[in-house]
Amino acid sequence: MLLQAQRLIVAACVLLGLSGCGAINRIPTLDEQVKAAWSQVLNQYQRRADLIPNLVETVKGYARHEQETLTAVIEARAKATQMVIPANILTDPEAFRRFQENQAGLTGALSRLLAVAERYPDLKANQNFLSLQSQLEGTENRISVARRDYIEAVQAYNTELRTIPGRWIAAIFYSDAKVKETFTIPQTSQEAPKVKF
Amino acid sequence: MNPPAPIARAFVIWLAILILAGGAWAAEPQFPALTGRVVDQAGILSAATRERLTEMLAAHEKASGEQVVIATLASLQGLPIEDFGYRLGRAWGIGEKGKNTGALLIIAPKDREVRIEVGYGLEGRLTDAISRAIIERDIVPAFRRGDFDRGVVAGTKALLGALGGEPGAAAPLSRSQGQGQEPEDNPFSGLFLLAFILIVVFGMFRGRNRSWIGPMAGGIWSSGGRSSGDGGFGGFSGGGGSFGGGGASGRW
Repeated sequence: MLLQAQRLIVAACVLLGLSGCGAINRIPTLDEQVKAAWSQVLNQYQRRADLIPNLVETVKGYARHEQETLTAVIEARAKATQMVIPANILTDPEAFRRFQENQAGLTGALSRLLAVAERYPDLKANQNFLSLQSQLEGTENRISVARRDYIEAVQAYNTELRTIPGRWIAAIFYSDAKVKETFTIPQTSQEAPKVKF
Repeated sequence: MNPPAPIARAFVIWLAILILAGGAWAAEPQFPALTGRVVDQAGILSAATRERLTEMLAAHEKASGEQVVIATLASLQGLPIEDFGYRLGRAWGIGEKGKNTGALLIIAPKDREVRIEVGYGLEGRLTDAISRAIIERDIVPAFRRGDFDRGVVAGTKALLGALGGEPGAAAPLSRSQGQGQEPEDNPFSGLFLLAFILIVVFGMFRGRNRSWIGPMAGGIWSSGGRSSGDGGFGGFSGGGGSFGGGGASGRW
């Protein structure tokens, strides 16, 4: 009884005191920012996946002896695109880890393919290949920007949830708010396609 | 039952974390001021070239509403140019807010690197492949000869040419000047915060058996959104556009 009354009073004070300076809306606001950043991450990974069939076709025509590398890319792509992404992936460490691993696997396979391509001068001179290569580089770069934005958004959100007063606000008003997962596996994009001129 | 001692200790720890986190936050690179459409921090362009470029870029913005800025950098401050580029674009807020129709031509002579950084809204016309072609065909050959003026002018022409594919398509001249941003925390929020802490701590003392201590890291009001479109005297400032890593880089 007493506890409940106290809770009510606290809630009322908090509402009065904090709605004025927007603190009470901070958690949902940050949550939306995380969602927006995450959809950008998915977008860019999708964009990369969309470029791959074309790339594989182009490389195939020139580098017949690299069947193994090509197959590895196709398989890694299939693994990454076929993963069913659960709605709660951001709060599900297991699913999030699988997502990261699949994408990192594709990054690795792709960078090996592009390294192999260096050995085929005809391929390197192919206009279509050059265009695909620069698109892939650009996309890898977009992925790393999107990942960084996501990491920052999650950091702000998690910090808000774990520190005071966000912690109390969450306990009172947003009891379903959970700390979100963030990237822990490096993208390995640092070794991903880099052209030398 | 939480006796007061652990509470006080947690509070001190929390404060310490706050202070430490505040110090560690200053990892952002130092960006040059946006003094105009051509920011020649590295000092590699002649006055005549700067003027000519400024005219070209101003005419393009007048016709299309799109902002293109040329920046030569004294240093990349240890960052990859891709990394520096989009942050610089965001810090300056080049391009129209919401549409993100801005592009940067970034030259780092000391690192011998060049990059075309493309805002979200221009990625359709100034694609990665086209950006790279411009760098390889128009810019790098002149840079290899040490002729920065010629390389930058040729690159800018090609860049504007690529953008000109849809001339004047919905060319709004008015740029939203970074309006509608969240107001900075006002001085009263601190007071409210204090009142709130007192109220809640008071509540805790009344013997609630809930674990509530354990602040993990960081500041309370984290990241209020960087203000964009700063700098900008001489009739030019960024419109609040953002960047997502599109474009291409090259070396010479």
